Amino acid sequence: MAKPKLAVYWAASCGGCDIAILDIEEKILAVADFFDPVFWPCVMDIKYDDVRKMEDKSITLTLFNGAIRSDENYEIAKLLREKSVVLCAFGSCASEGCIPGLANLYTRDSILDYVYKKSPSLENGSAVVPRPIVHVPEGVLNIPFLWNTVRTLPQVVDVDYIIPGCPPQSDQIAAVIEAVIDILKTGKPLPPKGTVLGATDKTCCDECPREKNVKKIKKFVRPFEIKSDPQICLLEQGIICLGPATRSGCGAKCVKAGVPCRGCYGLPVNVRDQGAKMASALASVIDSTDPVEVEAIIDTIADPVGTFYRFSLAASMLRRAQV
Amino acid sequence: MSFEPKIIGFLCNWCSYTGADLAGTARMKYPPNMTSIRVMCSGRVDPGFILDAFQKGADGVLICGCHPGDCHYVEGNYKCMRRIPLTKKIMKEMGIEPRRLRLEWVSASEGARFQQIVTEFTEQIRALGPLTLNEWAFAPTEAEAPHEQAAGRE
Repeated sequence: MAKPKLAVYWAASCGGCDIAILDIEEKILAVADFFDPVFWPCVMDIKYDDVRKMEDKSITLTLFNGAIRSDENYEIAKLLREKSVVLCAFGSCASEGCIPGLANLYTRDSILDYVYKKSPSLENGSAVVPRPIVHVPEGVLNIPFLWNTVRTLPQVVDVDYIIPGCPPQSDQIAAVIEAVIDILKTGKPLPPKGTVLGATDKTCCDECPREKNVKKIKKFVRPFEIKSDPQICLLEQGIICLGPATRSGCGAKCVKAGVPCRGCYGLPVNVRDQGAKMASALASVIDSTDPVEVEAIIDTIADPVGTFYRFSLAASMLRRAQV
Repeated sequence: MSFEPKIIGFLCNWCSYTGADLAGTARMKYPPNMTSIRVMCSGRVDPGFILDAFQKGADGVLICGCHPGDCHYVEGNYKCMRRIPLTKKIMKEMGIEPRRLRLEWVSASEGARFQQIVTEFTEQIRALGPLTLNEWAFAPTEAEAPHEQAAGRE
C-alpha cells in the first residue's frame, strides 16, 4: 500500500512551527516511516507547480502554519485545501493570526512606509518600496500583493482541525501525530470537524503550579520592574499574565520559568474574544471602587491591545483597527 | 434618509431594568433607538458583549446598573465600573470612538433619570454619526480587493 501523503506549509510565519515538528526528536523517524512527505518547503525542494499537478484530495494530511496576508499565502491555502483530505491550522499564526496579526493595528501603506523609509536602522537611500508589479524591458515582474488585513486560515478556507500554540509544544505534536497514525492504521473514526487538537479544555491557570490566593491589584508592573516571587501567581504580583484567558495544553512552561503567559494557546473553550476576556478578568482583580483610582491603575497597563490580543488580534471580533 | 442610531442597552435586572419599567409605566417618552437587554447584573456584561454589539452593527452601547453600594450581588457593579474604562481603552486603540460606550447608574425609582440618559445618549450618538467598521476586513480575501486597494497593486 502506498504511504499516506503529508504536506507542511508555511505562510506568514517565522518558521518556528516547522522547527517544532522536527523537535519531536526520534519520533520524527516514525513520521518519515509512515508518511510520504510530498510538500514541505522548510525541509525539501519542491515547486508550487508540482503541487498543482497533484490530484485533488491526494494529500492525506496537511499541517498549515502561518497567517494569510498576501495573494501567495491565499493561493496556496486554497490549493492545499483542494489537494488535502485533512487540513489542519497548525500553530497560532494559522489559527488566530499570532504576531503577524498585530499588523492589523496598522495599514499596509503605513507598514511599508515605516519598514522601507522610516525605520531608524534602515539604509535605503533611494527609498525603494516593493511593488507587486514592475515593468522592465524584458517583461513584467510580479511579487505577491501584501494585504491590508492579516487573516487566519479558517477565515479564508474550510479547516478541519486546529492545533494551537506558538509554536505547538513538541510533546503535543508528537501525541497528535501518533493519534493520526493510529487512526490511519486502524480505521478509527476521526474526531469531529473543528476539534482543537494538541490542547486541553481548561485554561493555562489550571496547569500552573503557582500558589493562587485572592488577587487585589493596586498597580500593574512589567516583569522587569519587580523581582517576582517564584511560588506565587504572577497576576497576584501585578504582572499581567494571560493565563486566565488562554487555553491549556502547553504545560504552563512560561509561568514555570517565571515568565507570564502571553496567550499563545489561544481562546479557551466557549470564549470568542481573548482580549475582551482578559480585560474582563483583569478588571475583576483591580482593588479599588473609586473611578479615579481605577483609571490610574488601568493606566499602568502598558499597551492593552498588544498585550491582550498579542496572538489573537486577527481572529478577534473586530479583527483589525478601524482605518 | 436621516441617521437613526442603533443603541444596545444592557440593563441590570434589579435596579435599571425596573427603572426603565417605571419610565414606561409612567408614560415618560424617550427615543426608541435603544434595544434593551436585561442582564442579572451590570457585572454580567463582559467586554466581549460590548465589542460584539459594535461588530454586529450597534452605533452605541449603554450599560445601566445599580448605584455603587446598591448592587444586589454586593460588588457586581464595581466590576462593571472597572471594565468600562479598560474596554474604552481597547476601543480607542481599535479605532472606535470611546464615547460610543457609556455606563450610568440608574436605580429602580429613577425613571426620569433613565429617560434623560437615553435621550441624551441617543443625541450624542446621533451627533457622532453611524459607526462604520471596515467591512472589507471581514471578507475572506483581498485578492478581489475594493478599487482603492486594487490600485496599490501597480
